[in-house]
Amino acid sequence: MKKNLGIFGLLTFVCVLTALFSEGFLSDFNIENLIRRTALFGIISIGVALVIITAGIDLSIGSVVCLVGCLVPWLLVDQGWGVPLTLLVILLVSLGIGLLHGLLITKLKLQPFVVTLCGLLIYRGVTRGFLDDQTTGFKGQFDGLRQIALGVIPLPGTEIGIPVPCLILLVVAIGAAVFLNLTIYGRYLLALGRNEEAARYSGINTDRMIILAYVLCSLLAGLGGLLFVCDVGSAQPVDFGNFYELYAIAAAVLGGCSLRGGEGSILGVILGTAVMRVLKNSITMIDQIPNKIEFAVIGLVILGGVAVDELLKRYAARRRVIVQARADTVP
Amino acid sequence: MSTIDAPAALALPLLEVRGVTKHYSGVCALKDVDLDIRAGEVHAVIGENGAGKSTLMKILAGVQLPDSGGVFLHGEPAVIDSVHTALELGISMIHQELNLADNLNVGANIFLGREPHRRVFIDFASINRQSQEYLDLISLDVSPKTVVDQLTIGKQQMVEIAKALSATAKILIMDEPTSSLTQHEAEQLFAVIKQLRDQHVAIIYISHRLGEVSELADRVTVLRDGEIAGTLQRNEIDHDSMVQLMVGRDISQFYAREDHDIGAPLLEVTNLRTTTFPQHALQFSVAAGEIVGLAGLVGAGRTEVLCALFGVTPANSLEIKVAGKPIAITNPRDAIDAGLALVPEDRKQQGLFLDMSIRQNIGTPGLARHQRRFGFLNTTREREDSAQMSEEMHIKSTDDQQQAQYLSGGNQQKVVLGKWLAMQPRVLLLDEPTRGVDIGAKQEIYRLMEELAEQGVAILFVSSEMEEVLSMSDRVLVMHEGQITGQLARDQLTEEAVMQLATGSSPRVPATVPAN
Repeated sequence: MKKNLGIFGLLTFVCVLTALFSEGFLSDFNIENLIRRTALFGIISIGVALVIITAGIDLSIGSVVCLVGCLVPWLLVDQGWGVPLTLLVILLVSLGIGLLHGLLITKLKLQPFVVTLCGLLIYRGVTRGFLDDQTTGFKGQFDGLRQIALGVIPLPGTEIGIPVPCLILLVVAIGAAVFLNLTIYGRYLLALGRNEEAARYSGINTDRMIILAYVLCSLLAGLGGLLFVCDVGSAQPVDFGNFYELYAIAAAVLGGCSLRGGEGSILGVILGTAVMRVLKNSITMIDQIPNKIEFAVIGLVILGGVAVDELLKRYAARRRVIVQARADTVP
Repeated sequence: MSTIDAPAALALPLLEVRGVTKHYSGVCALKDVDLDIRAGEVHAVIGENGAGKSTLMKILAGVQLPDSGGVFLHGEPAVIDSVHTALELGISMIHQELNLADNLNVGANIFLGREPHRRVFIDFASINRQSQEYLDLISLDVSPKTVVDQLTIGKQQMVEIAKALSATAKILIMDEPTSSLTQHEAEQLFAVIKQLRDQHVAIIYISHRLGEVSELADRVTVLRDGEIAGTLQRNEIDHDSMVQLMVGRDISQFYAREDHDIGAPLLEVTNLRTTTFPQHALQFSVAAGEIVGLAGLVGAGRTEVLCALFGVTPANSLEIKVAGKPIAITNPRDAIDAGLALVPEDRKQQGLFLDMSIRQNIGTPGLARHQRRFGFLNTTREREDSAQMSEEMHIKSTDDQQQAQYLSGGNQQKVVLGKWLAMQPRVLLLDEPTRGVDIGAKQEIYRLMEELAEQGVAILFVSSEMEEVLSMSDRVLVMHEGQITGQLARDQLTEEAVMQLATGSSPRVPATVPAN
């Protein structure tokens, strides 16, 4: 909890600042949209957080989002498949991708960065080739399915409502938090992320846990792809999901995951995602900031956040040494 | 000087060590050591594990400074305060673990950090030409342009020697140079060493292979417990006289163990072939309530045995029975399920999650066994185990939420022991259980080993501390280069008998083995 205070402070700071400089930020429409986008990105960020906790990385998320996002309307509209069959196929595709990554990383001992970088290239290339760069879309059909992204559950007595993706995120987040903190598997992930050798010596099947993390990450990326395409209505293979892996990794890191492994909280990851979305939103909303420098602003804020966090940690460590030394000198 | 004939010049010490003493955190590693090294001699320095050889060599090579005493070169006092200074003074050390950049070629390694250059550009022609001269000097038939990782370990070692010579070494320290060489490679190395000696280089040769020491050394200095036990001249050097000097300490005050009953064989191992020494099939057993010491010198293959039994590095072949029941061990989980536990050699890397709490460290191996439905953590059990072990082990900490990294070495080791004892193992494997542990914690670990044995646990422990082996073991298995060279029952157990077996010579006490 304490660890998440910093990122929560950063989120509040960015929100207040944006609200002061822009009229539209606090409008119902904007808030609802912001929450929806945060929820969508939150889901894929939680996935990559699980992988980062094992001291790994997944760079293929954006391409998995693209593959699934393009596949869904293509199967439903162009091929005329039913919804259950389509969902089954994308479930198997994302599961297969995660399994492949996990096996290559644990059994063939390839580096996660390399494996998933190749994934990033391959899945996008395959999608583009397969669909011949043609946009796929729902063409006004399947409004029922699209409610999983577009739907809003109205709060009685108010004008606003809760976007459905927000509920999905809630389920995923609670599931992930329970998994990570209350089950032995979550503990195994945290332990092997800190010291894989000691985990192995403790009888933990580290390979199996690492594969599980990559499978969960790809499954959540697949779920993300489904939700993103339902949100937008169509997907273009060239740029659908571009850079999403980097947004997800940035959110996880902002939220307190260490790329060295063994550290991370789900709440932190969601707050990190929210910071990313609000930043992007505020650059659009505040006229004084030109849109062109969007990446620069986001980059600087993340760098600043991570640097301050590191400095605070060092300060805390030094305090602890001093306290310890004092305790030692007192007989 | 020119009027002195060669033999007399050689008799003058090139390097003198006078009264060197060194302490490490209160423990005396070297005590008032005198040593002199002459040009053109191979001077072997031998001793048991922990006798002080490494410390002495670190002082000569500039890695460490002595607390008191000093070093003289050509009769002049020399302060060797860094490796760089040592090199400038002509002292080069070749470590057991080779220090070559194996992605670079031979020439680049020989001149690493001292590259001949023109302005900012490396003078490759000059590197190749000069490297070739040094390679010729030791008759090594390798091109300076060969990348090091293409060479055998033996040839890499020769490249290290060429590198040392290129730094104009007058004194060459070699630490266990043959430990990873084949017989043939070792013989080539000996030829080069003899050749260097004839060129008036002084060679300090650290080894625990007494056979090669007898063959090579002009003089042998034996260290024991940080002191010089004696120096043997060429004509006095033989296996027995070296062992005589290495042993001979009083252990009666070390730890008094009570006699206790030993039960039926609990751990029975046959046909164990480790991946490191697949040529030797090992066979042994440990009975319930028995404490068996696994003795031997560093590199004898003891850790490999424990790691194979625990499934960390699964053996090439292994037939193992626990309480008469054959089991298959392919990973640590199998071993744990069969009732085995391993306290590993490297506490910080293999034993602990340093930035996790004491409680989580103790809880980890039992998580699967005590899990609730759907894999939920049994935090109650974890808390109870942690509380019980903290109390039984006398782990000194603020509370069990304290991170393991802030504990002393002794308390860290108790956490590792605790995490395994919470699993109530039937067979306990301990690898150097008291390394880096203070005296108080040592005594507690010994007491614990006794208690566990009394409860019927079979204990197999590896130790490089002779006192520990002699005073704790009911029986000792001695290993030498991957082989069990003998067993010693408690009444046959002497330091000398262990050292004879550990150095690969046949024991003078009849090592009658109780039939398993």
